[in-house]
Amino acid sequence: MQPKPLALKILDIAAIIVLGIATYMALNAPLERVMGEVQKVFYFHVGTAWTALLGFILGGVFSVIYLITKNLKWDKFQVAAIEVSLVFFLITIMLGSIWARPAWNTWWTWDPRLTTAAITELIYAAYFMLRQGIDDPDRRARFGAVYALVGALSAPITFFAIRLFRTIHPVVIGGTNPEADGGFSMTPDMLSAFFFALFAFSVIFIDLFWNRIRLGDLQEKVEQLKLKVSM
Amino acid sequence: MIAVKKLVKRFGLKTVLRGVDFDVQPGEFVALLGPNGAGKTTFLRILASLSRPSLGEVNIAGYKLPHEAAQVRAHLGVVSHLPLLYGDLTAEENLQFYARMYNLPNYELRINEVLEMIGLVARRRDLVRTFSRGMQQRLAIGRAVLHDPDVILFDEPYTGLDQDASAMLDDVLKAVAAEGRTVVMTSHDLGRAEDLATRFDVLSRGVISASASRKELMRTNLLAFYKQALAG
Amino acid sequence: MADRTTSRGSFLKAVAAVVWKDVRAEFRSRELFSAMLVFSLLIILIFNFALELDLKTRQSVTAGVLWSTFAFAGTLGLNRSMAIEKDRGCLDGLLLAPVDRSAIYFGKVISNLMFMLIVELIVLPIYSLLYSVNLFQPGLLLVILLGSIGYAGVGTLLAAMSVQTRTRDILLPILLFPVVIPVLLAAVKASSGVLGGADWDEILLPLNLLIAYDVIFIAVAFMVFDNVVEE
Repeated sequence: MQPKPLALKILDIAAIIVLGIATYMALNAPLERVMGEVQKVFYFHVGTAWTALLGFILGGVFSVIYLITKNLKWDKFQVAAIEVSLVFFLITIMLGSIWARPAWNTWWTWDPRLTTAAITELIYAAYFMLRQGIDDPDRRARFGAVYALVGALSAPITFFAIRLFRTIHPVVIGGTNPEADGGFSMTPDMLSAFFFALFAFSVIFIDLFWNRIRLGDLQEKVEQLKLKVSM
Repeated sequence: MIAVKKLVKRFGLKTVLRGVDFDVQPGEFVALLGPNGAGKTTFLRILASLSRPSLGEVNIAGYKLPHEAAQVRAHLGVVSHLPLLYGDLTAEENLQFYARMYNLPNYELRINEVLEMIGLVARRRDLVRTFSRGMQQRLAIGRAVLHDPDVILFDEPYTGLDQDASAMLDDVLKAVAAEGRTVVMTSHDLGRAEDLATRFDVLSRGVISASASRKELMRTNLLAFYKQALAG
Repeated sequence: MADRTTSRGSFLKAVAAVVWKDVRAEFRSRELFSAMLVFSLLIILIFNFALELDLKTRQSVTAGVLWSTFAFAGTLGLNRSMAIEKDRGCLDGLLLAPVDRSAIYFGKVISNLMFMLIVELIVLPIYSLLYSVNLFQPGLLLVILLGSIGYAGVGTLLAAMSVQTRTRDILLPILLFPVVIPVLLAAVKASSGVLGGADWDEILLPLNLLIAYDVIFIAVAFMVFDNVVEE
């Protein structure tokens, strides 16, 4: 069995380093006037949201590619992308909660973004439950791809629908529009912390994604060995 | 009529069929024997175009699977151990439904013919839900021959039938075979296959391990042939 | 024997045959229909007690109650409709026909849609009587039609998948609800608008969303349906 490729090992370390730097930059960024310390959650919140979104989009793309090529490796990529996205949406939601509490005195806001993130989590949960109920790997991949495609199309529509129709709960969180309740504008220092966080999370995404794919390969190997032993 | 070359079928990491070669001439009646789990049903499903081959070639009535599957289906009739019938419809309505699905012109006449052949004219307006297993099986055969297919595939048709029902099924099968169609029937019951088939093939461990025509078997007997095919 | 495969005539004939078959069988047993209807009435009953509403509040939640009812009762019909095909191996029978797989999809969508609409059209007058509100407005009927089309379109595809897994019945609502939220959102918004006498402009927006959703998802389902039924 191939040991971890050197590039991946380096990436692992790089990811930890970048995360560390991002944390340092976020903690040392200038204090925001209105919300104070808690606003710094924003750097990571957007970072994890970005990562989650990346996973989401890739999940949809891999679905289509799998359905066209029927090559199981794309299924492996899809599972990896969606798993990473699942975890990061969860973190995003939790960070959003942590930000909301001191800022607006509520644990949850029915903000379109947060709500769509929650719905996407439910779609992911359904995705894994669907896969769990199927034994044949080809069928599991096909059904997974179909559902992921349906979900990938539905979630953005949900986002726009909430935004257009739920006028009682306007776009609240973040954004650089100072008019929006909870919005704020950023100084250059804040901007650099912000963009570095985005970069850091991109690196983390690639690292986790690659690791997860490797895990998938290992799982396949185990299945093969199991089969050999049982014969 | 049927030409299969090096057919391989995998389900994930498990290989069920490992390079099956199978040729059937028009009008032959092949009994495909083999133990449970040998892959007979999988093989038949691939011939029926319900399952795709992982590797290899399958040609039926001159059309290639899986690309020309739709054309193959028009020439193919399938009887499986599940009835493929709708319990809440009458026998007649079931046949009408399939006639429409197969786009048959003037199907009323054909339905009458088929009902006569399978001996269910009297029960044509009864709900299939009320039929015994034997009657359902006969109706299933009727459904399979409705569109006058060149090839018929039977997957363990005698499953769950008592003596009388089996005897009736024998008659229907003989009638069907007499019309010059090509038939492949799987069975793990040697006795049934013996009377009807012109050829006997054994599917064991994912390949056809033996094949013998009726004439050749006059000398040895079917059971010995079968046992040897499994061992070899 | 003439080659009568894959022509447009045979496609439409097959769709019609599937619809005819479903209607005929349902007419005899009335299984689906009675289950959906009784379930709908029970849900309305539960809402009545769960939401202890005064006249004014009731008016604002009518749309929500109606659509929740339709969404829950709908899963019964979808599940059962597909289970009938799976149980006696009938799905194989359908797949053996020399016709495009999508004919099966369209046939099923149309019959599922018809059953849903019939149940909805019976629930409306009953609700109207119970709560002294006139629900027979053409705008509402249009919304119900468009919403049901989207629901049945996606629901049929997902039901075809869920019926083939181990977890069967329980899986369908889990798969369906997160991705059908845009339909519920838009339908409730449009329905409230119609019942509350809102401007046509306000109603047009969610109506357009419904139409867009219907078109997108039926097109996608049409393209991927093969993957869901074949092996």
